[in-house]
Parts: sequence; structure tokens; C-alpha cells
Amino acid sequence: MVGVKSVPSPTIPSPTISADDRSHEVDHPSSEVALFGADQPLRLDCGVDLTPFQIAYKTYGELNADRSNAVLICHALTGDQHVANVHPVTGKSGWWETLVGPGRPLDPSKYFIICSNVIGGCMGSTGPASINPATGKVWGLDFPVITIPDMVRAQAMLIDRLGIDTLFAVVGGSMGGMQVLQWTAAYPSRVYSALAIACSTRHSAQNIAFHELGRQAVMADPDWHNGAYADQGIHPHRGLAVARMAAHITYLSDAALHRKFGRRMQDRELPTFSFDADFQVESYLRYQGSSFVERFDANSYLYLTRAMDYFDIAADHGGVLAKAFAGIETRFCVVSFTSDWLFPTSESRALVHALNASSARVSFAEIETDRGHDAFLLDVPEFFDISRAFLQSAGKARGLTGKNG
Amino acid sequence: MSVQEVLPLNGLAGDQSGPFRADHLLVAEMVKPGSKVLDVGCGDGDLLQLLETRGIDGRGIELSREGVNRCVAKGLAVVQGDADTDLVNYPDDAFDYVILSQTLQATRQPKVVLENLLRIGRRAIVSFPNFGFWRMRLQLLIGGHMPRTENLPASWYDTANIHFCTIKDFVELCDEIHVKMERAEALDLYGRPLRLRLPWWVWNLFGEQGVFLLTRGGK
Repeated sequence: MVGVKSVPSPTIPSPTISADDRSHEVDHPSSEVALFGADQPLRLDCGVDLTPFQIAYKTYGELNADRSNAVLICHALTGDQHVANVHPVTGKSGWWETLVGPGRPLDPSKYFIICSNVIGGCMGSTGPASINPATGKVWGLDFPVITIPDMVRAQAMLIDRLGIDTLFAVVGGSMGGMQVLQWTAAYPSRVYSALAIACSTRHSAQNIAFHELGRQAVMADPDWHNGAYADQGIHPHRGLAVARMAAHITYLSDAALHRKFGRRMQDRELPTFSFDADFQVESYLRYQGSSFVERFDANSYLYLTRAMDYFDIAADHGGVLAKAFAGIETRFCVVSFTSDWLFPTSESRALVHALNASSARVSFAEIETDRGHDAFLLDVPEFFDISRAFLQSAGKARGLTGKNG
Repeated sequence: MSVQEVLPLNGLAGDQSGPFRADHLLVAEMVKPGSKVLDVGCGDGDLLQLLETRGIDGRGIELSREGVNRCVAKGLAVVQGDADTDLVNYPDDAFDYVILSQTLQATRQPKVVLENLLRIGRRAIVSFPNFGFWRMRLQLLIGGHMPRTENLPASWYDTANIHFCTIKDFVELCDEIHVKMERAEALDLYGRPLRLRLPWWVWNLFGEQGVFLLTRGGK
């Protein structure tokens, strides 16, 4: 052996955006905020009344005269309210601009589109990264555990605040899809139509297992400090990045990874015989991990994954899923993707069977793609065609008029 | 498979004059307005659309993804599914009518499917191409090959139709599983009903397809 080659650190690069940028959005978001004072506590499933609290949200388009064109978009685990505008922290475009925008299935010239950051999130809605008014310090693990029904209850309070009785549509994928289903189960008369994408009525054991892996990665980071890292002015970015890397793999498919990266090397011909990111797929995951920690809070990740784990609509209705939707008049459209192994088609099918058993009006389509769970965020024309058609026909039945009729 | 678009004769389907298939018009006429209908194998949703124009609450199941997408694009409530495997998930008495239009011959277990139709719906409407039709018989008898018609154009090796039957076969199956025939129609090549009350064997010979309104309980 002659000489020693300089090998870059095998760890994940540190974030380039300062914690201050992110923490500012936690309590003082650059979007609209609805504040709920002591007179309007949020009753949580864990038995705690959360008060005061705030919900950060964005709206696009205008509410029509009879308040019948409001669409609520529910974001996925690591999404936020910035669905169709430049993100204030990352500077990137909105996470669902493929679906929302002029000429898109959700056109702001036709619908009044609302997207709120979920309770427990870290982009302006009250969550573990927020300041606990009782102590003046960051909540951390003192924040009560929240559930998907809690998120929806908070959204309903926001919708009330906006003066909307019935939502024309509630739309969401993944954790957002869970919220869509919870909306229909909890407030059937307030949801005219529901578009539930790549989701399930309950989180599977496999998915809980992946979430536990992510949480353990966060908690194993020495910077985590039992959730009180904010007091130390640090952020457990390594653990959170590992959690994100593991989760990201579940959002893709083997075929998509192979198509994108194969076994190709990154910036080199030969392996370095080290634990550097030799393979492109490794670099990609490290990038995904590091860019995620720039905009997301580690404790928030723990809380939101926990909320998904607890989700089980049937369990809330005596174990019979159909009971959750008994007599429902909401028009449903359920969409799944063939290569989604996080929320496989079989789970959507179980939902559709339950809706059929409840005599609900339901459409269900499985879309063929090798892009995995993430397909709902990508440019999949067939998915947009179906979304557009479903919303248009529901709009027709609802008597909505407007551009792109 | 597409049946020729023919306007109804003799006010068969009321004042409907849209571009609807004659056999669909006949099926629609058998359904009481205001009822709830499941169309199994609904294809592009043409029949469901016709039913909707009559104030009928229609739902559909379709095997092909493309068919489902086209149905959803028409605003119809259609789910992707397989008549052979998915009907078991539907509860008893969920619908007033369950329709199986030109699909029976493509199912793996026609008998089980038929039983399911009459479990899910109080009534079932079944239409299928009659393999006892004289042209079919001639093609096999004279031509010596598996029959192909305008409505069933696929060759034997690439057709989705695996369980052809004749009107006579179907009547026997209904007897076997104690299904009552409330109404029976044989349609000619143009989808028009044979007007006369003729013996079964004539229908079996001259009916290009059969349309049957079935109820539970038997003879």
C-alpha cells in the first residue's frame, strides 16, 4: 500500500440552512395563521385539551358566493401548507404543483383551495417544535401525542373559522389520504366529495415497523437529548436524516431505483474501498436526508409518524370498517398505484369494499406505474386525468360553475 | 365488442333517441326508475350513462383499467374489479338490480357469478351473445371453424370469452340454480327484440343475443 487516499466523511452532510430559518417558521410562519384561544381548545384523543393553539394555512383562489367551491388539501407526513407556492425555507416550488395550479385538476380559478399545516407539524401549526406558552420553552416531548383524528378536528375548526360549512372536496395522498378518510368518517355531511390517494384506513404492521426504525434513528442521535435539543440550540440532524433515508426507500420501488441509479458509481470509475458514497443511490439518499433536515423538526417527525401508526378507522367503529361509512353520501374516488408497497392496492381495495358495503358512491382506479408510493407527487398523467374527471363530475353534480367547467 | 347503434323500434324505449345501443335501451326499460343498480362489467359506462338519464342510481365494476378511467371521466361511480372474485365482497340485497351485460361469457365461473348477482340484487338482468344463433351454427357446421361475428370478432385464441352458451343452455342453468325468469327477450342481429312469442328453439336459432330479467326463487 502506497499512500493513504483522503476519504470524505462517511456521515451525512450538515444542513446548509440555519436552524433559525426553520425555527422562525415554527411559530411565525410566512403563511396565514388561525389562532385559537382559551375559549376554543382542541380536544385531543389522548385526553388533553390543547390550548391555545394555532393552525398555519395557505389558500389559493376565491370562495364563491354560496361557499360551495372550497377544497381542502391534506398534506402527507413531511409536507406542509405550501402546496402550490415557493417554499419559504427551501425556496423550492410547491409540493403538489403537479395537481394544483392554473390548468391543473385543482385550478385556483375554479376552486377555493385550502391547505393547512397539520397540528403537530413544524411549519406554523402548533407542534412539539412550538413554544409552550406555559413554560416559555419549546414543547419538545412535553407536547401531547396527537392522532390523525386530532389533525382533522383542528382542520375542521379552521374550516369553521373560514366560514365554510361543507367542503366541495377533501383531497390527499398517503397521510393526507388518511385525513381525507377521517374527514368523511367524522364529518360525512361536511364533505361533498373525497379523493383519497395511495392511502389506507389503517397503518399496517410493516409501516409501523418502518416508522419505529425512523424514530429509533432520531432517538439514537446523541444530539437528540431526550427531545430537549432546542434548549441546547442544536438539532439531531443525523438521526433525522437516517430516518428520512429509510423512509424514502419505502416511497420508491426497486424498479424505480434501478431505472434511476442501477449500480452506477458517483463521480468515479472504481470503488474507493471505503464507506464513502460510491454508488449514485447512496449519494441520492444522503442528499434526500440532508435536505430534509433543513426544513423539518426531529420531534415533529416522531409525533407525526406516531399519529399515522395509531390510525385505524375500523377500530374506532367496533372493528367493522363499513360502519364508519354507513349511510354516507360523500362521493369517493380512491386511487392506488401498482408499485406502491407502503400502501398497496389491496388496502385501497379493502376500503372500496367497505364503501360498497356502505352503499357509498365510489370510484376506484389502480394506476400502473413503477414509481412506487411517491407516484402521487409525480407527473403521472393518468392520475391527473382521473382526478380531474372525478372533480369535474362531482362539480357538475354539485352545480359548481366556473372556468374549465 | 360493440353492438350496432340502432334506434329503438315501436317506441320500445320511450322517447329516448340518443345514441344508445338497442340492447342497452331494452335493459334500461327493464329497470324501474329510482332504483339502485350495479352494472358488472360496465365497459365504457354507456349503459350506466343511459340509466343515469332516467334517474337511476348506478354503480359499476369493470375489469380493465382503461375502461374504469373512461367511466370515471364520465363522472360514473365505477370501481376496478373482477366479477369472478369481487362480487363475494358485496353484501346481500345491496342493489335493486344487478346487470351483467355481454359479460357472462367472459367469466371463469358463470354459475357462481349468476348466483352472486341474485344474492346482491333482488333482480338480475343478464344479456349474452347466443352461441345457438344460426350464423354461429353455420360457421361451425359449414365453415368448420370457431364462429366469429361482427359483435364477437376475436379469434378463438385471443378472445376474453371463455364460456359461450346458447339461450337454451342459459335457460337450463337458471332452472338448475332455481332462478326465475321474469322476462326473456331474444334480440336479432340489430339488437331488436324478436317481436313474436315464439318457442324457445326458435329464439335459440334466431336470437343473436338473449336478455333476461331474473328473480330469485324457482320453479
